[in-house]
Amino acid sequence: MIAIFKREFKAYFTSPLGYLVIAAMALFEGFSFVSMFANGYAANEYTILAQLSLAAIVIPVLTMRLFSEERKQKTDQVLITAPVSLWGIVFGKFASAFAVFALSFSPTLIYQVIYTSRLDALNWLIYLGALFGVLLYGAALIAICMFISSLTESQVVSAVMGIVVAMLLVNIYSFVATTTNAQWLLNLAEKISFDIRYQDFYKGIIDFSNIVFFGGIAFLFIFLTVRMLDKRRWA
Amino acid sequence: MIEVTGLSKRYGNHLAVSDVSFKIEDGEVIGFLGPNGAGKSTIMNILTGYLSATAGKVNIDGFDIMDNPAQAKRRIGYLPEIPPLYIDMTVKEYLYFVFDLKKVTLPKRPHIDEICRLVKIDNVKDRLIKTLSKGYRQRVGIAQALVGNPDVLILDEPTVGLDPKQIIEIRTLIERLSKNHTIIVSSHILSEIQATCGRIIVINKGRIVADGKTEELTESISQDKSVVASIAGPEKEVEKLLLAIPGVESVEKLTKASAGAVTFRIVSEDTDIRRELFARLADRNWPLMGLSSSALTLEQIFLRLTDETFDSSAALGKKKVKGDKK
Repeated sequence: MIAIFKREFKAYFTSPLGYLVIAAMALFEGFSFVSMFANGYAANEYTILAQLSLAAIVIPVLTMRLFSEERKQKTDQVLITAPVSLWGIVFGKFASAFAVFALSFSPTLIYQVIYTSRLDALNWLIYLGALFGVLLYGAALIAICMFISSLTESQVVSAVMGIVVAMLLVNIYSFVATTTNAQWLLNLAEKISFDIRYQDFYKGIIDFSNIVFFGGIAFLFIFLTVRMLDKRRWA
Repeated sequence: MIEVTGLSKRYGNHLAVSDVSFKIEDGEVIGFLGPNGAGKSTIMNILTGYLSATAGKVNIDGFDIMDNPAQAKRRIGYLPEIPPLYIDMTVKEYLYFVFDLKKVTLPKRPHIDEICRLVKIDNVKDRLIKTLSKGYRQRVGIAQALVGNPDVLILDEPTVGLDPKQIIEIRTLIERLSKNHTIIVSSHILSEIQATCGRIIVINKGRIVADGKTEELTESISQDKSVVASIAGPEKEVEKLLLAIPGVESVEKLTKASAGAVTFRIVSEDTDIRRELFARLADRNWPLMGLSSSALTLEQIFLRLTDETFDSSAALGKKKVKGDKK
């Protein structure tokens, strides 16, 4: 598992992909920091909140080649015939994408330090809560998009499908709200909307049900990816 | 030791491998011979745990590939049909990765260096795999299989797409490796397998058609020892002369070739008539324009082995699996 994590993580930075993703994220984090700082606000959690939509595009790009490319190039043969469990393979890949995603939030840490140096009392816990939340949010999306990558041999199909699904999950409440006023549907959309699930985190509320929601989705789709790889051997 | 019993693989309605069983002792070098699409790669993929069998068991050194995959896989080095290389890595990075992946406990750097020397890739160790030629990539693929010093090497068409010089190099490498490994090589070229393997398993349409020692099998396949000769001389008299040679059973006129030569197929039992043929023709001053043994092509071999009326079991002395049993 560690070998796979190391290889995948390195692969992000031997191609432009890893740099590109981190640069894109850092760019928009920078915009939001500058505009807030210039106007006298010190709310790093908003900087994180503003990244949610971009993350829904960036994550499918990070995960697009994880399994599709292996299948296309037949390099999965070296992984599957090695004495490694399917869980090890899937988890190693998941962890590498997650590490790059987490790294893309590192600029906010610098902003937090800058805020702290300028203000007497700054609540670090709200920032850490927002960060913790976005990492959970990312883990869930990464697992879903990684699963999508295991369904196809094409990176492009994997990326496009991933973006559609991620966008849908993030914005489902507003989609539903504009098309219907059936209460049960709105309630359901509210429960599964990634956007609304995230709201509590940036307000500084760590709700256990939200942790279970994101964590559960991540686990479910890691599990489904393992099943998908296993199923392919029986096909 | 590798033991395969009743192996079958079904893709939808297509039966790719059907009831295949064999046993390979330690140190044997086995050739899987069969046309493209015969099921060789599928069998290899099942042996190495890449695919699961629909039915049957694979046992590697006492470990079942399904029940105890980690132990079984540790004993196998596999070169698939397309070498599974990450082209964005250097050779060294890739082999180090495979080393970690296989959880090998040998000292890392000396072990990889030794493999690189063995397969002669130490001069390209620091190059990106995508810049390597086909021959080098194939060797990196073999190097990958060798990492961790597995007892069993499974090489799927290791020489396909290589030039003659590279083919010879890979062949010598396999010979060298056979001293301390059990090896399974697949090919669709008989001469390829004849050169390196002590035993051949012939596979056609997902079934084992024949299984036996290389010499026995090739001999039994080309049992009749017929030769084809083009002779410039009066047709009738030449035919008479040929029939007079001791051991000749029948003579068949094939074509009327150019320059007044006639081509005959001369069938003889157990004796090599070529010396006698030459001497007698020289006596009469009839030039011998061409002489060849009528070697069978792979297609003919399969036709022969799957033909109900041809019984090679006597010649093989043991296992002969009839192709159309069911």
